[in-house]
Amino acid sequence: MNHSFELETAANPEALRRIVIEPVSRVEGHGKVTILLDDDNKVHQVRLHIVEFRGFEKFIEGRPFWEVPVLVQRLCGICPVSHHLAASKAMDMIVGGAQLTPTAEKVRRLMHYGQMLQSHALHFFHLSSPDLLFGFDSDVAKRNIVGVAAANPDVAKKGVLLRKFGQEVIRVTSGKRVHGTGSVPGGVNKSLTPEERDYLLKDADQMVAWSRDAVKIIKTLHKANPGLYDSFGAVPSTMMSLVNPEGDLDFYHGALRARDKDGEVMFDQVSYQGYNTLLTEGVKPWSYMKFPYITQLGEENGWYKVGPLARVQNCDRIPTPQAEEERIEFVAYGGGKPQHGSLAFHWARMIEMLCAAETIKALLDDPDIMGTDIMTSGPRGYEGIGVIEAPRGTLFHHYRVNDDDVVTYANLIVSTTNNNTAMNVAVRDVAKNYLNGRELTEGLLNHIEVAIRCFDPCLSCATHALGKMPLEVSLVDAAGVEIDRMTRSETGEIKA
Amino acid sequence: MKPPVLIFGWGNPSRGDDALGPLLLERVEAMLGEHPEWGAVELLTDFQLQVEHALDLEGRDRVLFVDASARSDQAPFRAGCIAPEQDASFTTHALSPQGVMHVYRQVTAAEPPPCHLLAIAGQAFELGTPLSAAASAHLDAAVDWTRDWLAGRVPGACPPDRNGA
Repeated sequence: MNHSFELETAANPEALRRIVIEPVSRVEGHGKVTILLDDDNKVHQVRLHIVEFRGFEKFIEGRPFWEVPVLVQRLCGICPVSHHLAASKAMDMIVGGAQLTPTAEKVRRLMHYGQMLQSHALHFFHLSSPDLLFGFDSDVAKRNIVGVAAANPDVAKKGVLLRKFGQEVIRVTSGKRVHGTGSVPGGVNKSLTPEERDYLLKDADQMVAWSRDAVKIIKTLHKANPGLYDSFGAVPSTMMSLVNPEGDLDFYHGALRARDKDGEVMFDQVSYQGYNTLLTEGVKPWSYMKFPYITQLGEENGWYKVGPLARVQNCDRIPTPQAEEERIEFVAYGGGKPQHGSLAFHWARMIEMLCAAETIKALLDDPDIMGTDIMTSGPRGYEGIGVIEAPRGTLFHHYRVNDDDVVTYANLIVSTTNNNTAMNVAVRDVAKNYLNGRELTEGLLNHIEVAIRCFDPCLSCATHALGKMPLEVSLVDAAGVEIDRMTRSETGEIKA
Repeated sequence: MKPPVLIFGWGNPSRGDDALGPLLLERVEAMLGEHPEWGAVELLTDFQLQVEHALDLEGRDRVLFVDASARSDQAPFRAGCIAPEQDASFTTHALSPQGVMHVYRQVTAAEPPPCHLLAIAGQAFELGTPLSAAASAHLDAAVDWTRDWLAGRVPGACPPDRNGA
C-alpha cells in the first residue's frame, strides 16, 4: 500500500472500536474525525470527514454573472473576500476586462492583503497560539483565546488590533464591513480617497512591527523545540501555489508552480486556465469532500499541499524586505530540504502576515490607489476562470455564462479541498505516533485537532446559530453501541 | 462620537433562518426615523462574531446582540442580560457575545457596557433557502420586543458586571 493511504481503511473494521471527534474544534465549520482502534488501542483507521458545502455551485447557477462576485461572499462567513475576488477575476474574462487598470488591480490587491492579514492574525493569535503557548496537553479551559489573554495580555491585544486593521482595510476597499461590492467584473467601483488612505496609513507601520513580532514568537517556539515542531504531523508531499512571472510570492495573481517533497520544481508557470486538466477531483465513498490530485501523477502520488507552507517554500523570493529576510531564515532552517511538519505552517503563516502588512503599507504609499481610472472592458466572453491564493491556499472559481448573462456552469475548488488528502495524512501520522496503544485522554485527542488546525481549514459554513454543541467524542463498539462519551461544554469543561 | 446604543445582529442572509439577526436590523432601521426619542442608534451586522467586535462595544451606553438560535424549544425568542464569560466557543466562527464581552475586558482593561442577547428561534439553515414561516413569525415578536428595549420599557436593566461572573 502507498504510504499516503496507510491507515485510511482498516482491514477488519467490524472488529474495531470507533472513536468519533465531532465537531473538530476551532476550525471553520464542522469537521469530524473517526478513529478505529482494537482492544489494545492500536490505531487501524483514521479519517477526517468534512461536512463541506454541497450544492454551492447550484446556488450560483442561474444567477446573472454580474451578481456573482457579491453573491459568493455568502458562501463563506470566514473568507468572503477570497470568493469575492476569485469570482471577480473569473468574471473579468466575461466582460473582456482581464487586464485591469493599475488602480483597479491595486485596490483589489489592497483588499486581498487586508484579508490575508486579518485571517492569519485570527488564526495565530486566537486559534493556534493557545496550543503553541500552553502545550497540547494543557488545561483545556486555558487552551483558548481567554487563556492566551490571561497569560499574555499583550499578545491577545495585538491579535485583536491586527485583525481589526485588516477588517478596516477590507471595509475601506469594499465599501462595507460585509457584503461589500468593491470588486466588480472589469475593475472596482471605487478607489481610495486621500482621507481613507491617511486613515489606514497612520497604523500601517505599527501593523508591520507587530507582524514581525509574531514571526519572532513562532520561530522562537519552533527553534526551542525542534523535536516536536519538525516532526509533528510531518507529511512530505508535493506543494502547489501561484507565483508571479519572476517566481515571487503573489497572493493575487500568477501561474501555478509545484515542487516535489524534496523541493525540486515539478512544473512552473502553468496557466491556471488549464486547471481542470492539470488537476483531477478524486472522490471517496466516505467523504463528501473531494480529493484533488495532479492528474499526471495519479491519485496515490499526485496529492499536494497548498497554503502558507507551500507558498513560502514554492516561491523564489518574497517581494517585501522584512518578509524576505524571514523567508530566507525559514529556508535556511530546513537545511536545504523543504519543511513538511504541520506546525511549520504557523511559521510560514506569520511570514505571510508580515508580507501582507508590508504590502499594505506599500500600496497605501502608491498614488495609484487613489486613481480614477477604475474600469476596463473588451470583447464579451462566455467562460471565465479566476484563481487567487486565499489565506488557506489556492482557490479556483470557474464559470460559464450564456447570451442572457446567466451563469450556466460553476465549479469551485476551495483551498481546504486542495488540502484534503494532506490533512488526512497528517491526522493519520499524529494518530499513529501519539495515540497508538495509549489510553485516550482529552489531551491526546487534542493532538489530532492541533494537526488539523495547522492547515487552518475553512469549512465556510457561516451558519453558527446559538445552541450548537462545541465538541463531542463517542466511543462506539463494533456493534455500533455507544459505550462511552466525552463532551466538552462551551466553557471548556469536560464531562464524561 | 459613537451612538450610545448599539444593536449588533449577525448571521448569513443566504442561509435560511440564519438571516434572522440581519433581518431584525433591517426592520429596526425602518422604524428609527419615526422614533427620535430613542436617540442615536447604530446598527452593525456581520456573518459572525469575532474578536475585533469587542472594539465595537467601546463608548456605548448599552448594547443588544441579536442572533438566530437553533433552540426551537425557546420560540419565539429568548432575551436576557449577558455578562463577560470565559469563552471556549471552539469553532472560530462562533465566538459568543459573552466571549466578545470578555475580549473587551481583556483588550481595554475596562468593563463592557450593559449587554442584552436576543436569540430568535430558527428552524432551517440551509444555503439558498428562504426564511421559514415559523422564523418569520418569531421575527415579528422579536421586533416588538426590540421596540420596547429601545424605548426603555424592558424590565431588568443589565448593569455592568463588576465581578466578572
